[in-house]
Amino acid sequence: MKKILSKFSLAGLTGLLMMGFSHIAMSEEMVAAMEEVATINSGDTAWMIMATILVLLMAIPGLALFYGGLVRSKNMLSVLMQVFVTFSMMSVIWVLWGYSLAFSEGPYNDYVGGLSLAFLSGITGDSISGTIPEFVFVTFQLTFFALTPALIVGAFAERIKFSSLLVFLAAWGTLVYAPICHMVWGGGIISQMGAVDFAGGTVVHINAGIAALVGAIVLGKRIGYGKESMAPHNLPFTMIGASLLWAGWFGFNVGSELAADGTAGLVMINTQVAAAAGVLGWIVMEWISKGKPSMLGGASGAIAGLVAITPACAVVGPLGAIILGIVASIIAYWAVTSLKIVLGYDDSLDVFGIHGVAGIVGALGLAVLMSSQFGGTGYGDGMSMMSQLIVQAKSIGITVVWCGVISYVLFKIIDATMGLRVSEEDERTGLDSTSHGETAYRS
Amino acid sequence: MKFVTAIIKPFKLDEVREALSEIGVQGITVTEVKGFGRQKGHTELYRGAEYVIDFLPKVKLEVAVSTKLLKKVIEAIEKSAATGKIGDGKIFVMDLEEVKRIRTGETGEDAL
Repeated sequence: MKKILSKFSLAGLTGLLMMGFSHIAMSEEMVAAMEEVATINSGDTAWMIMATILVLLMAIPGLALFYGGLVRSKNMLSVLMQVFVTFSMMSVIWVLWGYSLAFSEGPYNDYVGGLSLAFLSGITGDSISGTIPEFVFVTFQLTFFALTPALIVGAFAERIKFSSLLVFLAAWGTLVYAPICHMVWGGGIISQMGAVDFAGGTVVHINAGIAALVGAIVLGKRIGYGKESMAPHNLPFTMIGASLLWAGWFGFNVGSELAADGTAGLVMINTQVAAAAGVLGWIVMEWISKGKPSMLGGASGAIAGLVAITPACAVVGPLGAIILGIVASIIAYWAVTSLKIVLGYDDSLDVFGIHGVAGIVGALGLAVLMSSQFGGTGYGDGMSMMSQLIVQAKSIGITVVWCGVISYVLFKIIDATMGLRVSEEDERTGLDSTSHGETAYRS
Repeated sequence: MKFVTAIIKPFKLDEVREALSEIGVQGITVTEVKGFGRQKGHTELYRGAEYVIDFLPKVKLEVAVSTKLLKKVIEAIEKSAATGKIGDGKIFVMDLEEVKRIRTGETGEDAL
């Protein structure tokens, strides 16, 4: 309490100084000098360590269970393995060259960082990023880098070759995620345009969604798709996974503030209500159009709402977050129940339909909802609703083209060399026993 | 001797077992089965993908009884398994040629 009071009075004092008393007490240079001395804030640091672990929980076990419950029982372990091993492999790549490509300065700085921080060279326990140790920042960003490829796994679940999956995702992380991350958060062109992506709408969700769509199209449908039952084998797992994703998302969104402050509070309430509104939007749609609200619908709606609020969570107000959650969930519902069928691709676990589509809705919707009329924080200097909308659309366009083209080329190269799919016999038998030599359930 | 096979709704199994015990049936065999009849199946929806569930879960029970007990057995199953709604099941009766208790070697009605 004492600490809070002293912090409060310090903030009040600084505020007064800013407001015009600076000429009496302190010169502006002195204030600037005070701010320049980078020190570690233990509150921020403690929160960021927790936030990092929350994002880890999103991936394993959250995402793994969310996806695992949706596949047939013969493929349960294969999906758990794909998420678990992808998450581990990307963690290592992040240290080797991923962090450097995303966050260092390089010769092509508009698009990608350099290699000066490869192997995290030069970073020590004393390095500071903002108000937290740089290693904490590196690890926090690592979880994003490791989670995003794991999201893509859902698109080609139940038919992809494990080795090809790992080769694709390692290359994708290097050639797609790291550059897009640099463009948005590392000082590249998307951030220069003034696009808003607070916690990863373009970097994580649109990026994963587009790679998923391309993957589902290049790989082709699962054998028996549309003819045989491919009903989820364990929806309780999916509900637990969705709930862990929901809880972990606070680390993802609130952690992206990189501090425990007022904005973090705004992000927190927005994250919660967007997810809740997403649940309601989806099940009401089901209730109206199909007659029954479903558990899978509730879980899917929560994820759609969370995806949509991700880029927007620091710039919209709580009412804006509710609107965004509902709208994103309704459009994602349409994407997975109608668009997918019309276009005829087999995105096994609807990565594009939920992450790609709700991500785009969030990235565009924030341009409207960040207006102070809707309770948002308002636009930056010289920006209006229209200009923000155009910038957001451009940032989506860059992500879609960059990710779509490179993903397509990577898939084609791997298909021609290693092959992307398991044999028909293995696919029919199930990937648990044929790819991993084990079985999830015994009776 | 007669061999009675009944297909019933799964949640009626306990009531049927009690009714059969009361009239002196010494043992039954129960299997979980799936099938369809006039009740037909139902559809399930997963994110818009519709699957028709043709086969509904039922319980099959098998009882071997003496001919003089047959009427009571049929009555007991009929009463205890009925809900009045479609899908209550059926009872099949067949002649039973021989029974042998493995432990003692008894045969015929003594072995029931």
